[in-house]
Amino acid sequence: MSVETQADLVVGSRGRSVDHFQPRVQQRRLLGKLWQWVFLAATALSIVLLGMLLWSIFRPGWQYMSWHLITAMPSRLPERAGMNSAIWGSIWVVLGSGIFSFTIGIGSAIYLEEYATDNRWTRFVQTNISNLAGVPSVVFGLLGLVVFVDLLQMGRTLLAGALTMGLLILPVVVISSREAIRAVPLSLRQASYGLGATQWQTIRSHVLPSALPGILTGTILSMSRAIGETAPLLVVGGASQVLFRPAGPLDPYMVMPLQIYNWTGRPQEEFEHLAAAAIIVLLAVLLAMNSVAIVLRQHFSKKNRW
Amino acid sequence: MIATSPRVPVPQAEDVPVQGGETASPILELRNLDVHYGSFHAVAGVNLEVGQQRITSFIGPSGCGKSTVLRCINRMNDLVPGARVDGEIYYHGHDINRPNVDPVEVRRRIGMVFQKPNPFPKSIFENVAWGAKINGFKGDMKEHVERCLRRAALWDEVKDKLKESGMALSGGQQQRLCIARTLAIDPDVILLDEPASALDPISTLKIEELLRELRSQYTIVIVTHNMQQAARVSDRTVFFSLNEHRQGMLVEEGPTSQIFTKPRDQRTEDYITGRFG
Repeated sequence: MSVETQADLVVGSRGRSVDHFQPRVQQRRLLGKLWQWVFLAATALSIVLLGMLLWSIFRPGWQYMSWHLITAMPSRLPERAGMNSAIWGSIWVVLGSGIFSFTIGIGSAIYLEEYATDNRWTRFVQTNISNLAGVPSVVFGLLGLVVFVDLLQMGRTLLAGALTMGLLILPVVVISSREAIRAVPLSLRQASYGLGATQWQTIRSHVLPSALPGILTGTILSMSRAIGETAPLLVVGGASQVLFRPAGPLDPYMVMPLQIYNWTGRPQEEFEHLAAAAIIVLLAVLLAMNSVAIVLRQHFSKKNRW
Repeated sequence: MIATSPRVPVPQAEDVPVQGGETASPILELRNLDVHYGSFHAVAGVNLEVGQQRITSFIGPSGCGKSTVLRCINRMNDLVPGARVDGEIYYHGHDINRPNVDPVEVRRRIGMVFQKPNPFPKSIFENVAWGAKINGFKGDMKEHVERCLRRAALWDEVKDKLKESGMALSGGQQQRLCIARTLAIDPDVILLDEPASALDPISTLKIEELLRELRSQYTIVIVTHNMQQAARVSDRTVFFSLNEHRQGMLVEEGPTSQIFTKPRDQRTEDYITGRFG
């Protein structure tokens, strides 16, 4: 119908044949609508799955959420058991791995983006950093076991765990830092060089401050990946029962995912509920870390806008 | 062809002054300048002298290499991967392309203002002070910043908001801030790469007025697409065009009044009368 009127319009006004055109406007519109629904369905599916996940955790776990769970130490008896040492262990491991990967990552990102010439060797290094980001985490655990625990004689300590986790997230930190540095506009660098600044003065005063929000976001998001990782720490020896908070880097430690893993393996049914409650705590910590990432990014990007 | 090294700027008494563009002793001398970007030969065989304390404008069609030549003068092409500059550029008789010359030192004396205003995402005060600070300025910074902002004809507009971001200013104000920032490192030569092409006519006029005031203390080289602008502000005009190999080349150079009224070269005449470009 509308096709005909359009054709009439064109023929009528311009007196020209439109034989070569078949606009099929209605079909084209329909196709657009169809795809819109497909995409909506995809979004809805992930929301439903997330909802189911939360439901399956909150239903058994919510009633076992208590102050006691957060403040008490692990115990064989479910009514006494808490996860205090695991919370502190996780915080220390994540902080340690964050500091390690931030300093090393930012350094190598600056080198690769600002100093390295683009040749075969640097491209090889860059490709392998991307590959490292895809290596299964348990492999990093084995690396940590060989290098930190045995070779460097750290033993099964907090330090060894934090460094292993730091290595695990390092590739992602390097990649996101490089992207943040690359996003700093050329005009800003030119302005700096044009005033007689050296390369380091340019990096220090302009490139880094502008790239910092992106670098911090990447680091904190990798840290929140580290807080949920279990496999590498199983290998480098996060203990399954630690009855005190780690007081120094050379203390034994345990982390939240290990605690959860440990509890789900127990025969008593209460421990399953405790595990669910511990997952809620873990999710809360994750959410808090991501919020910190957002706040930091807002804070720093307000300070420098180009 | 002059091949004698060390090149000392000799007072050139035998140069006959042409009306409007008296020949001052050259502060910059470009000899057989060639620029390649990778395999692309962008600029071929440019020879040019730029005299002290006057305004020289580079005009010509798009892609004729005028900005490229400008960027050679303070070694900004060093920052372009794959760029290669051959030939000599003498600044007060010193070849700035020699390996023992530090580009950082060159850029401090030959400052640059870019096409798109690019203030730092810092306060107005910091924008002006930073360049002076990194170059070891030891005097009274507040006074220095005020002096530079006054010289850039921006002080009255920003004196009450020095702590605010330079990015919050209008485009024209940002460009004058960039000029103030360049003045703050106390350069000898100021290069401007189409400084007004992103600005409205009133801001453009302000920049032009400013350039005429700066003329007495600085040597200024300005690239412009706008021929009226070249005619209004400059003492000498250099016309660039493309040769048969599509390489940028210098066609003609002379006092602005002569280039615009009695060009010697047919190509210059075609360009300024609007028949080409």
